[in-house]
Amino acid sequence: MQTDPTEKRLRALMLASLDGDAAAYRSLLAELGRHLRPYFTRRLTPAFASHAEDLVQDTLLAIHTRRMTYDRNRPFTAWLHAVAHHKFVDHVRRQSIRLTVPLEDDAPIFAHDDSADAIARRDLDVVLEAVPPRTSDLIRRTKVDGASVAEAAAAHGISETAAKVSIHRGLKSLAARFAGGPK
Amino acid sequence: MTDDLIARLSADLKPVRPMAMQRLLFGATLVSTLVAIVAMNMWLGMRPDLDTAMSTMNFWTKFGYTLSVAVLGGVATMALARPDGRIRWPWIAALGLLALLVIGAFIQLATAGPDDMMPLIIGGTSLVCPWRIVVLGLPMLLASIIALRRMAPANPTLAGFAAGIMAGGAGAWVYSFACAENGMMFLALWYTLGILIVGVLGAVLGRFLLRW
Repeated sequence: MQTDPTEKRLRALMLASLDGDAAAYRSLLAELGRHLRPYFTRRLTPAFASHAEDLVQDTLLAIHTRRMTYDRNRPFTAWLHAVAHHKFVDHVRRQSIRLTVPLEDDAPIFAHDDSADAIARRDLDVVLEAVPPRTSDLIRRTKVDGASVAEAAAAHGISETAAKVSIHRGLKSLAARFAGGPK
Repeated sequence: MTDDLIARLSADLKPVRPMAMQRLLFGATLVSTLVAIVAMNMWLGMRPDLDTAMSTMNFWTKFGYTLSVAVLGGVATMALARPDGRIRWPWIAALGLLALLVIGAFIQLATAGPDDMMPLIIGGTSLVCPWRIVVLGLPMLLASIIALRRMAPANPTLAGFAAGIMAGGAGAWVYSFACAENGMMFLALWYTLGILIVGVLGAVLGRFLLRW
């Protein structure tokens, strides 16, 4: 039977533990703790990463109280994986964790920076000076403030088609000037 | 925190004997079978014609069917009590046995006279038979659920069902010494129904009591 060194070592420790060797048991549990922590952390979304330590402890406890169910003739890592998987599924169900990020945790702290916003606004003002005032206002209304083309056209008393053409031309000339085109 | 836990657990370590799980389950079934036998004797009593019945094929069919189902349920329980346990063949084997029994029952009915048909199917006790099997199966069901609570079934409901089929089979086996019905179709219908009721009971108990 071909077995990898981890399986061989852990299984030897487990067999010694079942025979009552406390030192072997202690090093087995310590090593399992080190394996289990990243195992659970990987499976939990970042929002629930703090649950990993609880899960490690739950699993170690289950290994302890249910060690009778390990069949000495079978691979230890398979048994361990089954216990850890069961604990993980049970935990997810019990906490009714949907394995997605909950809404209240989905507002990243660094997404909104007011000063960066102001700098962007000033840059925009500078750029928009390059086109005629009516065109720049139409672009600002439709692309920045979120108004519809019809609303922007009505504000200037021009037709929707004329507004569309004006916006299109303005953006095109801005692109030609600022988007890495020939100076 | 985790280091504390590891220290406490290793201080609590007691040796586990080889086959400890098998011993525990086997002990539970042995004791509960004895309880069921005593209960059957006090409640129903052996069938009066046991001596003559033991020379008939029908008696041994009942004996063999119920005992086989109990053993198959036990094999399934033993496998499903582990976190990494999966097993299917006992279910297939039990269904195969039931199929054989039904075939045998049709042969028995075909060779019987028209007046014997109903006694072979409905008998005189079809309404009480399944419930007696449930009652006689309860001791083993409870004992095995208690034993399973110390184990780690990956699927608690299924493990409970397996324990229920084992207990139902054992209850039916004990009951077969008290029951004077001779029809194979009676066996296939009412015994199987009783065993299944215990199985469903086990599944429900397992779902709630075998979570870990």
